[in-house]
Amino acid sequence: MSSEKIINEKSSETVETKLEVAKKETIPVVEPKFEKSLAEKVVTKFGTKATIGFIKPNRIRINAKKENILDVATFIRDELNFDHAESVTGVDYPQSKEIEVVYHLGSYTEPQLAKQVLTLATRVPREDIPNPGNDSTRMPSLRDIFYSVEFHERECFEMLGVYFEGHPDNRRLLLPEDWADIPPFRKDFSIKGR
Amino acid sequence: MQKELISSHATNVFVGKLGDVLIKAIDKPLGYALNWGRLWSLWPVHIETACCSVEFGAASGPRYDVERFGIIEAFGSLRQCDLVVVQGTITRKMAPRLRMVYDQMPDPKYVIAMGACAITGGLYFDSYNVLPGIDGVIPVDVYVPGCPPRPETLIQGCMLLQEKIKRMKVR
Amino acid sequence: MTTSLPPGIQLEKADDRIMTLNVGPQHPGSGHMRLIIKVDGDYIVSCDPDPGYVHRGEEKMAEYRNYIQNIPHLERPIIHDSCNILYPYCLAVEDLLGLEVPERAKYIRVIASELNRCVYTLYWLAIYGIFLGHSTMFMWPMGDREFCIDLLEAMSGARVTHAYFVPGGVRNDVPANFEERCLRQIDYFEKRLKQYEDIFYQNPVLKQRTEGTGVLSRMDAIRLGTTGSVLRSAGVDFDVRKKEPYDVYDNLDFQTQVLKEGDSYARSRVPYLDMLESCRIIKDALKKMPKSGSVRTKLKPNPKGGNEEAYRRVESGRGSLGMYIVSDGKPEPYRVKISVGSFRNLICMPYLLKGEKLGNMPAVYWSLNYWPVEADR
Repeated sequence: MSSEKIINEKSSETVETKLEVAKKETIPVVEPKFEKSLAEKVVTKFGTKATIGFIKPNRIRINAKKENILDVATFIRDELNFDHAESVTGVDYPQSKEIEVVYHLGSYTEPQLAKQVLTLATRVPREDIPNPGNDSTRMPSLRDIFYSVEFHERECFEMLGVYFEGHPDNRRLLLPEDWADIPPFRKDFSIKGR
Repeated sequence: MQKELISSHATNVFVGKLGDVLIKAIDKPLGYALNWGRLWSLWPVHIETACCSVEFGAASGPRYDVERFGIIEAFGSLRQCDLVVVQGTITRKMAPRLRMVYDQMPDPKYVIAMGACAITGGLYFDSYNVLPGIDGVIPVDVYVPGCPPRPETLIQGCMLLQEKIKRMKVR
Repeated sequence: MTTSLPPGIQLEKADDRIMTLNVGPQHPGSGHMRLIIKVDGDYIVSCDPDPGYVHRGEEKMAEYRNYIQNIPHLERPIIHDSCNILYPYCLAVEDLLGLEVPERAKYIRVIASELNRCVYTLYWLAIYGIFLGHSTMFMWPMGDREFCIDLLEAMSGARVTHAYFVPGGVRNDVPANFEERCLRQIDYFEKRLKQYEDIFYQNPVLKQRTEGTGVLSRMDAIRLGTTGSVLRSAGVDFDVRKKEPYDVYDNLDFQTQVLKEGDSYARSRVPYLDMLESCRIIKDALKKMPKSGSVRTKLKPNPKGGNEEAYRRVESGRGSLGMYIVSDGKPEPYRVKISVGSFRNLICMPYLLKGEKLGNMPAVYWSLNYWPVEADR
């Protein structure tokens, strides 16, 4: 009986010390001011249509729905002065049945924005049996707003099956001409032996 | 009477035996001369397939001068070349073109597979777009291992090819 | 009017003036890619680039290997500039895992990165010489590049594909007496580089072939999203080493080289001026490097990141090279995306080659600093 008490006291002590240590470690992270002001501008203009992903030093992330992505991108180009896209990526999330298309935008003309890279992300529905070009995995193309995404969007189309409406040339770029399998960067496409 | 002396069968045998003696006398030195001409002037096709092309370029540079062996990269057409150095990874998109290049070259032609990717697929053995070695596309004479092989290794591979050509029969 | 054509050349329709040519994967004037060019007489009407002949699926393979196993195959897209493609990968993984890099390792990384830039630029100049028919321009850079390759071999053990940068620092320390040897070799290398000015850049034939061809204006360079020497030769002052300094670049003394004309001559000159700056950076870094210290932060076995993402970029020989890594708590990354300078400059090719003469095509196309293996990944 006494030994049980001692054990209980000991375990409660360790639990308390653990809580104290945990409290010390959760120091609130100070969000950098300049990046916060940029993100606030987007959110005040669009309200719930655009949400902030994260704000880190030199990196901001804005999530938007695919219906509003053209307006958000036009605002980012005209008001915030981001003028080109560094890359366009697609990330496949089969559990939530969505593909995330991520644009990284940079600025050459505005000297204050030289360090910043704005990540603009949107989600597109994903079907189990893809039919690239003819199913619901589609989104409006940002080529009229940022001309530099032309070849990047073509690559995203052939690698993940996301059709870009308004892009003049949704064609194969890197894969062989007789590729007959599903788009290779999807998670259900596994490379040999793995 | 003269007709009986010079019978057609005997003439045939005589011509055949004379032909054998002549061929035996000339074949070896003629073969040696033709092979000597071929092995000291191997001209590779200008086809850069993947990253090993950097070390092939370095082999043509002043330090590892491969031109002293006669291997000049003739930048004209491939109708006058006789060596294909497959430099690196062959993808599924490139394989039909490699076969076309090999078919368009005149005989005699030789193939060196340079780099681990050309021999077995190398580091990219499990990629979806890479062939596991070029043996299924064109017949290979010499395999030069490495990733990438040093220029000295490539020169040793060329010398092995020269030994192989010396032993080849002409005809 | 039926004319019998040699095989391999097609006319669009009979009687049509426009002819389709394949500047294909096997061509003395192309690298490992194909350009489908439509010509009208001597003038190019349209150009359709067809890359993908060296597409090996690097990004897909990276999802099946953990962070350290990814290093050998991720450096192969550009084997002689391999430190510069591993640099953003190591910086991004250090962000995800929260690693601190020791000071001496940062200086060694800068020195290796600048040596790799010289090695790449000289190979690019050599091939430019072949395309223009100037064989001295092939031999001299190939020979001078061996000086830098000797130094890299002493540091890492391999001529190319060093696999020298790891997340946490560099793989091993430089050998003893490396600093004096490096200073002597870079002094001689710089003397040789200064001779290139007369023989190559004041050469009347080279000037005639490249001046005024493929002019890219400043607005177009920004709109098309170009990067690297293509951007800086059109008058835009943007170099990632100055604008978003990583490691110890904010401590070193160098300048961004910018030219205004935007033609092929300026594009062929900016990497050469960058190389002279690289020599200054190496000498400065050798002076300021701490004399001793560890060069690597040890990693635990099977390092895992949290549910985060990281995007870092670096200035390589071809432009800004970015690496975007998404991690989901496993030892393997969930998605790796490499954003290379060559792929971003690919959009200039159909844009600039329209209206050019067919003879100017190699001069314009290779001056865009395009390395096909890297663009295909």
